[in-house]
Amino acid sequence: MKKVINNPENVVKEMIEGFIFANSDKFRKLENVNGIINKEGKDKVAIVTGGGSGHEPLFLGFVGEGLADGAAIGNVFAAPSPNTVQEVSKAVDTGKGVLFIYGNYSGDVLNFDMAAEFLEMEDIETRTVTVADDVASAPYDRKKDRRGIAGDVFVLKVAGAAAEKGLSLDEVTKVAQKASDQSFSMGVALSPGTIPDSGDPTFTLADDEIELGMGIHGEPGMERSKLVPADELTEKLMDKLLAESHIEKGDEVSVLINGLGSTTLLELFIVNRKVAQILNEKGINVYDMDANSYCTTQEMGGFSISLLKLDDELKELYDAPANSPYYHK
Amino acid sequence: MTTEERTNTLDVKQVKDMFLYVGEKVIENKPYLTKVDSAIGDGDHGIGMSVGFKSAEENLNKKEFTTINDVFKTIGMSMVQSMGGASGVIFGTMFMGGVKNLDPCDELDTYTVAEIFDKSLEAIKVRGKASLGDKTLIDALEPAVEGLKESANKSQSLLDALKTAEKHAELGVENTKEYVAKFGRAKSLGERAIGYQDAGATSVFIIFKSMREWLEDAPTNE
Repeated sequence: MKKVINNPENVVKEMIEGFIFANSDKFRKLENVNGIINKEGKDKVAIVTGGGSGHEPLFLGFVGEGLADGAAIGNVFAAPSPNTVQEVSKAVDTGKGVLFIYGNYSGDVLNFDMAAEFLEMEDIETRTVTVADDVASAPYDRKKDRRGIAGDVFVLKVAGAAAEKGLSLDEVTKVAQKASDQSFSMGVALSPGTIPDSGDPTFTLADDEIELGMGIHGEPGMERSKLVPADELTEKLMDKLLAESHIEKGDEVSVLINGLGSTTLLELFIVNRKVAQILNEKGINVYDMDANSYCTTQEMGGFSISLLKLDDELKELYDAPANSPYYHK
Repeated sequence: MTTEERTNTLDVKQVKDMFLYVGEKVIENKPYLTKVDSAIGDGDHGIGMSVGFKSAEENLNKKEFTTINDVFKTIGMSMVQSMGGASGVIFGTMFMGGVKNLDPCDELDTYTVAEIFDKSLEAIKVRGKASLGDKTLIDALEPAVEGLKESANKSQSLLDALKTAEKHAELGVENTKEYVAKFGRAKSLGERAIGYQDAGATSVFIIFKSMREWLEDAPTNE
């Protein structure tokens, strides 16, 4: 795969530098770590997100008003180090505490947990909400073991709005946890992304093959099959997604069709159209729909469908204004 | 210093040199570790370990050390801070946890090496919540530590202790091929992970193997 990079060892550093040049009025990079923060520090609970690089615009593109206050950025597909999380947290904490929001992967959990221990020694209070929305990665009764994919967007949106509203650390944590509990996603992979350092694909699939439920780092999914038309594929994914999320007639949802990198907006809208039709047929109320590529894996082909099951509290927070370079509400 | 003495006790400078050599060997094995990890993981283990030991090398060369505790702590902190990922915390804990609450010491012999790596093992188990048979580095480290403790009980030389640890770790890596992964990205593979060795366990084996090689082959620092 052709890649526009320099020395592979510098991809993360150089990406952050470029991001800051594009948004220098709003954000700054911390000196010794790969972390960025919102320059406008508000007196509220701080939201810190983060994860491996390679999934842009997540995570750095979701720092902004009504979203995260800082992002701890790891090497490509590797969790950020504890001291990165620690430095970002110290830079954004105003004394009201820090809520960590990140996808549920063992590397991220280990590093954020270690950072939380270090921060506790410095009297900075932290809480954690892991996003666990990928229904293909574990059954409903083990929801907490599920991996985090595009559902990050819903949880960051809700938590950011709750913090902006002036809620306490425990209150923000509670509603963010609710958003994570009510987020469900199901994806399909068409082609792999490439690890910039090695140039190797993250997995292999035959030209005419797809894999349902495959994870964003190429974690094996549920079923490999031949490529089928968009409507048929969307129906398959929605069947599984609705069964695994226990979302039923009368429920209300926000929808996100998330492209994984190289699947085009043209294709995502075709999927979105079918998702809307299916939800209408099933009597599930569609509150909002969004089709975009927020959580990518380099040039990976494919997409995921995410549903956030809403109640009045989540709806109000979902509707609140949000503004970052890659997300607006 | 005679060869026999050298293989029984190392001073702080020698311990530092030994781990600089270990780092070189791990970095040399980056393509191999990448290949091992790509089979069932996400293929970043070799890259991570290489970043970690490069950072450790820089920090070890920055100053003179007066205790072995400080050498281990410096390696561990370098790994945690530079690597990220699960391996950063776990391998960092292996070095930092080994000397946590250990009285400052300036000589490494069979007893201290057994004590340090026994503490490492406990610290990693607490941090990562994995145990033997979960297809993690524990599968190489636990038998290696058992080997070190046996050697200490038998009052064997440091070289013999490391030879035993290396052999046990190698066998441990072989055993990981039979296991289903309970952690990390290979977890979702289920039975499909069988037949492949764990990358973290492989790194542990390379670390003990390189320690033994340095002790056996490195020129004496007389």
